[in-house]
Amino acid sequence: MIALDPDRDRGGPGTPLLAVQSLTKHFGRKASVFARNNAVVRAVDGVDFTVRKGETLGIVGESGCGKSTTARLVMQIIKPDAGEILFDGEAVGGRALSLASYRRQVQMVFQDSYASLNPRLTVEDTIAFGPKAHGLGAKAAIARAHDLLHRVGLEPARFAGRYPHEISGGQRQRVNIARALALEPRLLILDEAVSALDKSVEAQVLNLLLDLKDEFGLTYMFISHDLNVVRFMSDRVMVMYLGKVAEIGGSDSLFEKPLHPYTAALLSSMPSMDPDKRTEEAPLAGDPPNPINPPPGCRFHTRCRFAATLCAHAEPVLTGGDDHRAACHLADPQSGHPRLAA
Amino acid sequence: MIAYTLKRILYVTPVALGVSLVCFLLVHLAPGDPLTAVMPIDATAEQQAEMRALYGFDKPLPVQYGIWLWKVLQGDLGTSIASGRPVALEVGRAVGNSLILAAVATLIGFTFGTLFGFVAGYFRNSMVDKLASAVSVLGVSVPHYWLGMVLVIIFSAHLGWLPPTGAGPDGSGSWQPDAEHLRYLILPALTMSAIPMGIIARTVRALVAEILSQDFVQALRAKGLGEWGVFKHVVRNAAPTALAVMGLQLGYLLGGSILIETVFAWPGTGFLLNAAIFQRDLPLLQGTILVLAMFFVVLNLVVDVLQTLLDPRIQRS
Amino acid sequence: MAMAATETLPIEASASPGYWQSVGRRLLRDPVAMGALAVLVIIVLAAVLAPWVAPADPYKATMVRRLRPIGYPGYPLGSDELGRDMLSRLIYGGRLSLFMGVVPVLLAFVIGSGIGIFAGYVGGRINTVVMRTIDVFFAFPSVLLAIALSGVLGAGIINSIVSLTVVFVPQIARVAESVTTQVRSRDYVEAARASGANALAVVRVHVLGNVLGPIFVYATSLISVSMILASGLSFLGLGVKPPEPEWGLMLNTLRTAIYSQPLVAALPGLMIFLTSISFNLFSDGLRTAMEVKQ
Repeated sequence: MIALDPDRDRGGPGTPLLAVQSLTKHFGRKASVFARNNAVVRAVDGVDFTVRKGETLGIVGESGCGKSTTARLVMQIIKPDAGEILFDGEAVGGRALSLASYRRQVQMVFQDSYASLNPRLTVEDTIAFGPKAHGLGAKAAIARAHDLLHRVGLEPARFAGRYPHEISGGQRQRVNIARALALEPRLLILDEAVSALDKSVEAQVLNLLLDLKDEFGLTYMFISHDLNVVRFMSDRVMVMYLGKVAEIGGSDSLFEKPLHPYTAALLSSMPSMDPDKRTEEAPLAGDPPNPINPPPGCRFHTRCRFAATLCAHAEPVLTGGDDHRAACHLADPQSGHPRLAA
Repeated sequence: MIAYTLKRILYVTPVALGVSLVCFLLVHLAPGDPLTAVMPIDATAEQQAEMRALYGFDKPLPVQYGIWLWKVLQGDLGTSIASGRPVALEVGRAVGNSLILAAVATLIGFTFGTLFGFVAGYFRNSMVDKLASAVSVLGVSVPHYWLGMVLVIIFSAHLGWLPPTGAGPDGSGSWQPDAEHLRYLILPALTMSAIPMGIIARTVRALVAEILSQDFVQALRAKGLGEWGVFKHVVRNAAPTALAVMGLQLGYLLGGSILIETVFAWPGTGFLLNAAIFQRDLPLLQGTILVLAMFFVVLNLVVDVLQTLLDPRIQRS
Repeated sequence: MAMAATETLPIEASASPGYWQSVGRRLLRDPVAMGALAVLVIIVLAAVLAPWVAPADPYKATMVRRLRPIGYPGYPLGSDELGRDMLSRLIYGGRLSLFMGVVPVLLAFVIGSGIGIFAGYVGGRINTVVMRTIDVFFAFPSVLLAIALSGVLGAGIINSIVSLTVVFVPQIARVAESVTTQVRSRDYVEAARASGANALAVVRVHVLGNVLGPIFVYATSLISVSMILASGLSFLGLGVKPPEPEWGLMLNTLRTAIYSQPLVAALPGLMIFLTSISFNLFSDGLRTAMEVKQ
């Protein structure tokens, strides 16, 4: 049982484990003389958020909103175009925190359980790769692999020597989790980690994740498009839209009293068991716009029921209390939105 | 379309430059002093000094390359050691002969290749397919210089129907399109056609089989389109790739003609190359290779653009 | 002739153990491929065991018994233009011909894979520079390049091997780069990189195993081309030098005999043809066996 290791906790309980500021990533085709469209996909466009120690931050949004790209930027699998990432108060890649050292503390579990495992390696070799690469001896690495397999609920005697194609999707995801934990990270990013699993298996894996979080003292970033699952898992939730943060706040607060019209629309599209909760009008109008040419002003204004002229011209910033903020003119009493005057 | 063509030309230019660089360096790869490589053995000291100044052999390599390239762009490919004539002239004479041979061989190969390939693809996995495929594997596996020898043995030595060597009676230097010369063309062209036939047959077979297996062909049939209609559809879809392969084969044949031309003493660029190698006539060697390689580069470009014209879906970045 | 090799090569499917066994089983049931393999084995064995299998000394010349026909007493396949026993020369000739066919491909496999995997893994501008340089060599038809290099370097076995290796390296490098680029974008490679391991470890453990298989299969398809090219070089007098027995060279020196002993003169080419077609048929059979999904 490893609690928040005081030796590793350098910033202290007040410092967020992860602080992200103005994170930006544009994917563009190189401008060339003959190119027909210099299209730039603004996948992540100035994103700010923090993840507190020991919490689970859920990240939701539709396809193309930039959640997966954000995860990869945090993991440093892709290099950001702009912005800063602070881990436990220290800049990643700076003098105090090398990239290699950062990599040991942040790990990710991918969505496609099959594609994230090397088909030529046995389960134990896959898990042992990371520790071995960081200097752990072969025997010790295998021993750790076996231990982790046990902790994720897979009997080492049965599973250690198996190949990925010989086990089921849920089992593969457990292997992926074990592999991520092998380096003893502090932050675990789960990018749609349960989305591809059957519902019953999904429930098992989610419960496993909760147990492991307590056992290892982990912090989670939980990315998903499934709102129910996010509510179940998260302490705080961040809603993304077209590369920007729409709303961020405590899980209960956000789900019960959403401040951003987009969040409200997402929530009302969740099918409910309660017959009293009926959706009267279609929550969202139109198709999700193209991340290549986001609308001017507030990116959501083309689909928003409350859009005013203000929204087409001025881009809102995150406003609100410390615990619950939204990037919407309606949430800002001083914005001058016509609806507020009323 | 024009933009695409221009883009491809831009893309190919560094490759073409690279090719010229390789050709230039060939002379310097040869063991010994590059100067002696381009001069006859009995050259006097004065002639050597003159050559040295002309080609700039005492200057650094990049400068030499520049001088050489500038001359090439003006059409001066140097002087042949063996004959004393300008290389450009020799190559120019020989290219025509090789082109004729290669073109006829490609046409024969294409005709029979598409025939076999089509039949094989249409009647997939039947006896006909196996037979046609066997023929195409044969075409690809046979060493064509040996095939040439065998054909000469059968049709010249044994049966006496066709002449064994040369492009025309009395060892004429170039081929002319008349009945006499036609006899000389048959064996070399047939021999040369074996490899393109094999390759085109294989390609067409795969293409046809793939097109026929696509779902919407069944849909077309269900809508009542007769076999002739399906056939036309297959042709239209297979044509661009098949033609592209044919174009490339023409390039390969032209570049690789030395073996056949040696067997048949055909006075083309390949024969010239052979002579150049054995006489250690490096300017001739270098000039011939440059011309052939450039031809290949340009041919590739033309095939590329034409293919896009025929099938707009194919567009390389 | 670098056709779409990578599109028909299953990359990860070939990775799971048990795959190669099923490929082997399918091959065993293919009569054409097995027949071709048998022929190849015979030729290779004869070449390897030449000193014990050949009836006579391949270098021993007798001017008295030049150009004897097939079946002549003492010369089962006739004698060549210097009176040497054809059967022995053909058996010994297999050694050099096979050697010249296989060694350049092997060398090109090592060098080409190295270049291609490096370029594929590193990506970016280095990749572009490397691949464009390779493109320059692709701008030459193989035969032309081989002959140009051989012509310049001179005759001889080593020179020929060098020329042929240079011809094949670009082809293998291209396939290697293509396959490596595909594998590199897979999630498990990303995960391995994210674990903080250095590039060498990632390549060694995760990339190589998944990449070398398809490259190797492509390389083997080049062997018959290499053999024909090598023999072609010898045929032109650029490869093996006399009196060494080599099929291409033998074809060259026997050319004048096509009027007197056509069958004998054609024999060396027949050997090249047999070997080449066996390689091709086996290689085709192997590809078909590999394409079937499990």
